[in-house]
Amino acid sequence: MEQKQLKKIDIIFGWDDKCTPIQVVEKTIKKTPENIILDMIDSGLKGRGGAGFPTGLKWKFCRNEDSDTKYVICNADEGEPGTFKDREILDRVPEKIFAGMTICGFVIGAREGYMYVRGEYNFMLKALDKKIELFNKQLRDLKVDFQIYLRSGSGAYVCGEESALFESMEGKRGEPRNKPPYPTVAGYNNKPTVINNVETLVYTSEICRMGPEQFKALGTKDSRGSKVFSVSGDTPIAGIYELELGMPLKDFVEEFGDGDTKAIQVGGASGHCVPRKKFNDTIIGFEGIPTGGSMMIFNSSRSMYNVLHDYLEFFTEESCGQCTPCRIGCQQLLKGIEAVKKGERPPTYLDDLKRLTSTMKIAAKCGLGQSVANPFTSIVDNFREEIIY
Amino acid sequence: MVNLKINNTPIQVEEGTTILEAAKRLNFRIPTLCNHPDLTVAGNCRVCVVEVKGARLLAASCATPVSEGMEVNTNSEKVRIARKHILELLLSEHNADCTKCFKNGHCELQELASEYRFGDHIFIDLVKAKDKIRDISSPSISKDASKCIRCQRCVRTCAELQSVCALAVANKGDHQVITTFMNKPLNDVVCTNCGQCINRCPTGALYERNYIEDVWHAIYDPNKFVVVETAPATRVALGEDLGLDPGMRVTGRMVSALRKMGFNKVLDTDFTADLTIMEEGTELLTRLKKALVDKDETVKLPMMTSCSPGWVKFQEHMYPGLLDNLSTCKSPQQMFGALAKTYYADKINIKAENMVVVSIMPCTAKKFECNRSEMRDSGFKDVDYVLTTRELAMMIKQAGIEFEKLEDGNYDSILGQSTGAAVIFGTTGGVMEAALRTAYEIITGNEVPFTNLNIKPVRGMEGVKEASIKIKNTKPDWNFLEGVELNVAVAHGLANAKLLMDAVNSGKANYHFIEVMGCPGGCIGGGGQPIPTSAEIRKRRAEAIYAEDMGKPIRKSHENPEVTEVYNEYLSHPLGHKSHELLHTHYKVRNRY
Repeated sequence: MEQKQLKKIDIIFGWDDKCTPIQVVEKTIKKTPENIILDMIDSGLKGRGGAGFPTGLKWKFCRNEDSDTKYVICNADEGEPGTFKDREILDRVPEKIFAGMTICGFVIGAREGYMYVRGEYNFMLKALDKKIELFNKQLRDLKVDFQIYLRSGSGAYVCGEESALFESMEGKRGEPRNKPPYPTVAGYNNKPTVINNVETLVYTSEICRMGPEQFKALGTKDSRGSKVFSVSGDTPIAGIYELELGMPLKDFVEEFGDGDTKAIQVGGASGHCVPRKKFNDTIIGFEGIPTGGSMMIFNSSRSMYNVLHDYLEFFTEESCGQCTPCRIGCQQLLKGIEAVKKGERPPTYLDDLKRLTSTMKIAAKCGLGQSVANPFTSIVDNFREEIIY
Repeated sequence: MVNLKINNTPIQVEEGTTILEAAKRLNFRIPTLCNHPDLTVAGNCRVCVVEVKGARLLAASCATPVSEGMEVNTNSEKVRIARKHILELLLSEHNADCTKCFKNGHCELQELASEYRFGDHIFIDLVKAKDKIRDISSPSISKDASKCIRCQRCVRTCAELQSVCALAVANKGDHQVITTFMNKPLNDVVCTNCGQCINRCPTGALYERNYIEDVWHAIYDPNKFVVVETAPATRVALGEDLGLDPGMRVTGRMVSALRKMGFNKVLDTDFTADLTIMEEGTELLTRLKKALVDKDETVKLPMMTSCSPGWVKFQEHMYPGLLDNLSTCKSPQQMFGALAKTYYADKINIKAENMVVVSIMPCTAKKFECNRSEMRDSGFKDVDYVLTTRELAMMIKQAGIEFEKLEDGNYDSILGQSTGAAVIFGTTGGVMEAALRTAYEIITGNEVPFTNLNIKPVRGMEGVKEASIKIKNTKPDWNFLEGVELNVAVAHGLANAKLLMDAVNSGKANYHFIEVMGCPGGCIGGGGQPIPTSAEIRKRRAEAIYAEDMGKPIRKSHENPEVTEVYNEYLSHPLGHKSHELLHTHYKVRNRY
């Protein structure tokens, strides 16, 4: 398998005075939408929110929809535990996001873009609003028929799920919808919608600035480019790092660990737990373990029972509650490991619970319930004795 | 058309068909819980998941449209395990005290559980003690949160069919509940008591406040004279809860059963339905005269019917500005109670305080209505107990009566005879049709100009129906109506009523008379009717109602000889002094929260 050395990159937060975000817009809209889509597809950019859908294809699908009204939405509902990179991007280079949204709007034929910012980031709204106002004015000056608006969430994790986000924006209870239809066909207000993560949008504008070649040169065949990681936990240098995709976890631990790393939770609470013995052959990327950016490092002082318990408490509370596998499944997993810990259920009950997670993975309505299996099985499989005793 | 295979059987269906519907056509039953034919798709219980070849996830068959070349397996190993898990999860959250449950034997979850036989139920019991405290604040609807499986059928019913939104989803995750505004008792929120939520609740989480024991107690009490009245729509639906097919007319058997149960007199709400037409028809004509001839601007038109207590309470909450448009007539149930404890009690020499009036209704809102403080014009509670069609079926079973083998019985007299115009009160458009049959004849002396008196434009299940009748050849007293186009509208289900009221409020609508029934289909689809309900079942009940009408020797309310007798002996004339005292009422403005 193709592997890359750990390499720090500076695309996302870098600033090119000769080609500012608004200038990227000005330059890009001289191309045809089809060519921009080709560039996106050529770059190999996949969604940076975690699910990894090819961005160019998403734009293409939406462009092909026949509708008077379409929308671009920036998903800034950064709620995954252990992820804080979008906050930094929103704070430092929001213009790049606006540029990405505008270019997307130009490509798909949307005149409105919305930024849905998680409730906990409300303190940023004022500053963002000012910057949006300025950017909107610049767009009007350029005679670009696209304006950006701000929307705020209210603190539900599930609203980061795209269809729950639309429901929330429409003023309803934030509950995921049935799919199909997908957002590119019927999203916000049931109109064709492209919804991209903050970081993805920044990369789209950067790809337009520097061309797909430079982006493509980074990463591996399946995971092109770089990605911003939120590093937290037992590390002396917690923070935000942009790294090339395709690196082995071993290199990552060497760079960021405290010398006593027992496990890394890749991708936040809904991601996978990788134990020390698997550091060598785990690659961070779509061919290995994909991630929305959260890297939580645990050293040997941590109880993996407590880690799993925390995650399950989180899911139990943050499930929207509409579908059975997720609402009740999460509660059963939480109560189940508690019962095993207390000796009220035999250790083999963990296997019953693992079978339950296989059902949740394929029968829950949205990604939230489907992904609870990831932390559960990876922690129970690798740290079974810590759960039982 | 789309070609697909379900369990290796090829089938061709229209684009947009769901996997569930396609499977049904091939006679593959896929279990469902949150799905209901009257409601939008939710896809949240996940019981109906199926495997689609090549897909990573199982698909909720109720929410997934078919696609070309799809290969579906409705009973693969994955599907079976998932379905079993999902049912086990639901049971772990459900207070499964089935033998003590009011819905015992009528519960969709119980049915599925008995199919799967969860002997070694593995999961931990999650039922919260506080949820076991039932909400019995409402005289109509009881709510037991410990039985709720969060399918949201009630929530969708209340929002989509009724536009009331008394029930909603609150909180998330393990705290998610189906509840009322601010978690208040049902009696204290904007609830019309229509009971449509009960009709669609798959478990025992919502059920009628039942008065079965009270009624038995009254029957057994030698000092009580128990009179029963039966609503038009119960007679075409009762059979469904007693092993018969939807649409069976069981009027005679119902009368026999009631008599066998020990009711002292078996009388008919249909009688007071005819009486309602006399009062309400006269009220309409009076209003028209005041508006058109006297140019009295205080007279409110369009006049609106007031037989449906769910609708009346809806109006009191939502459109208080239109309360003067409501007919002041009490509903037939309450007219009956008021007459029974005055005129009738005198006539048969029974003291009103010893008389108990029980009414058998397709309705839960009637339970609320009989408890309204205005409904005591006889000096007593005019109607003591209201039983739903379902409760009556239970009592018939409890009494050990073999319903199917009963001979037809006849109603007692007086207050027992009725016309075809009365029985059609049971379905949407019926009150309008009955009123037009009588009003037109009063005005012109001729029958309404429709074949066999069947006023087809106001029939059927369309949400809002409109009709116009041109009045010709009036009698001298009514010549101000000569050539007038009488515009009427009919709505059923409160969501449709809302459309109509908004049209009235906007001034765009130019109606003289509006009939509204609170429940979809009218009383035949009432909240007290046998479960399940669907458009098809309601259609068959409606057909039975119209068949009952055609079978009646008299089909116009004003020709009911008992009605004439009551006017001659007691009330004197419609809208007379006694009528005002006993048969009419007023309404009150209620809060919107």
